[in-house]
Amino acid sequence: MSTLPLAVTRRRRRGVRHTLDTRVSPYAYVAPFFLLFCAFGLFPLVYTAWVSLHEWTLLSDTQTFIGLGNYGTLLADGYFWNATFNTLSIGILSTVPQLVLAVWLAHLLNKRLRFATLFRISLLLPNVTSVVAVVVIFSQLFGRDFGLINWVLGGLGAGQIDWAAGTATSHLALSVMIMWRWTGYNALIFLAAMQAVPRELYEAATLDGASNLKQLRKITIPMIRPTIIFVVIVSTIGAMQIIAEPMLFGQSTGSGGGLATGGPDRQFQTLALFVYEQGFANSTFDFGYASAASWLMFLAVVIVAGINFLLTRRVKGGLV
Amino acid sequence: MRLRYLTLTGVAFFSAFPLYYSVVVASRHNSALAQVPPPLLPGGNFFANVARVFDTVPFGLALLNSLIVAGSISVAVMFFSTLAGFAFAKLRFRGKNIMLVITVATMMVPAQLGIIPLYMLMVKLEWTGTNYALIVPALVNAFGVFFMTQYLSRALPTELLEAGRVDGCTTWGLFWHVVLPTARPAAAVLGMLTFMSAWNDYFWPLVVLNPDNPTVQVALSTLASGYVNDYVLGLAGTAVGTLPLVLVFALFGKQIIGGIMQGAVKG
Repeated sequence: MSTLPLAVTRRRRRGVRHTLDTRVSPYAYVAPFFLLFCAFGLFPLVYTAWVSLHEWTLLSDTQTFIGLGNYGTLLADGYFWNATFNTLSIGILSTVPQLVLAVWLAHLLNKRLRFATLFRISLLLPNVTSVVAVVVIFSQLFGRDFGLINWVLGGLGAGQIDWAAGTATSHLALSVMIMWRWTGYNALIFLAAMQAVPRELYEAATLDGASNLKQLRKITIPMIRPTIIFVVIVSTIGAMQIIAEPMLFGQSTGSGGGLATGGPDRQFQTLALFVYEQGFANSTFDFGYASAASWLMFLAVVIVAGINFLLTRRVKGGLV
Repeated sequence: MRLRYLTLTGVAFFSAFPLYYSVVVASRHNSALAQVPPPLLPGGNFFANVARVFDTVPFGLALLNSLIVAGSISVAVMFFSTLAGFAFAKLRFRGKNIMLVITVATMMVPAQLGIIPLYMLMVKLEWTGTNYALIVPALVNAFGVFFMTQYLSRALPTELLEAGRVDGCTTWGLFWHVVLPTARPAAAVLGMLTFMSAWNDYFWPLVVLNPDNPTVQVALSTLASGYVNDYVLGLAGTAVGTLPLVLVFALFGKQIIGGIMQGAVKG
């Protein structure tokens, strides 16, 4: 090497640096995301599975391996099944009308419109509101004695409804909160997809005399199907994890039963809230049991999301 | 036609009314809530109620904590997302496509499942009760990376990068002198979206923080739970914690909405 002229070594050294710069530096640029995800996303997820196979509490230093013991106990736990039922019920009640409404609203917005920005901003306003604020506000509106909703219903001849007390009424109240917060957001996502649909399709359909509703069904929905599938999956995953709403609803209506039970009779305890109760709100801090519940919840998320994916894919379209 | 405006106006009303009504209640006295018909206009008690909020929970500290947490998360997310977005959109490296697919796929992972090990990790790091527990896991996220990737692959001309290369720029130099200026509008929208979601985050702060060193949302939930029948107090706190965000949104709403809608369309 020492026989090489100086210029050549320098060029070669610059070559190495150049290779490093173009070949390796891209990995450094995307590394922060992957490192962070591995540390705070992937590792906890995998470790949950390991913890779930143990008798493992915050209070004890020793952990005993018990295999699938926690899962066996869970499947025989009535509270677990109650939470599963509540999650599905609130999930369906909030997601299905929400998405139908969102598609329809997006359809209404997807025309030449005066005050378009104003309408969009007001639609997204609820999404800017925090979940705590939403539940505090709606707990007042749904109040049994002085709530505005009961006052209006009373004017229509209905009696005083104790919204938080019943299974059906509490699920309905929670669904209204979730819908209020998310419908506008999803409508904007649908609107973005609708704006990419070629205008000529509508013009041709109008010439052929297709009604507004028919255009929505035969053109819009088939054309934005990928977005519909995406939103359905994301909403499903979100709905299966609902926790803050029932937690705060139980607190701020003062219906009793503590922070994590979802009402005194567990009438609106969701799966995620059940996990929280076992892990953090119970005096036992049973991490093993809570982790097992987490994994069963994950299984439920995957199954329900899968079913919804298959269902949405079958949405009939006239064009594609 | 007229029906469409009527419907949209109705929907806009239902979107805004609960927020308006919360201000009405927050500016009244508790006894006013029992009136028939209920009050529909704001009263004069708002500032007295807000003062009561600050007396009941450490709300000043909570506002400061939320500002620190949401502020640092936003800055970090803007920076790291632009960096990764640049690599994914414009640089060539082996495994790029599969890495981008993995990034998008991680958005589907239900984050709540890992909450128990995440908490154990924070105990190990001795970060429980501190803002680190909120900031560090949120420094960059898949949505931000995807968002900036989409924007930069559309808005950043490849010729500009090649010209920079010819002038002897390193990749980092390109990022600093060419990419960052181009990315600014999208990064600003991403920053606002991130700030709002960090400000509104509730469950993780509740798990990992102490009630005496809360964020705004944790303080609000204490307010709402400890004083069950005092709706006025809870809603006064809610108004103070929410209105700044609603104000920012009202000012920059157009850009924020544009950002959300752009992020939704696959490039």
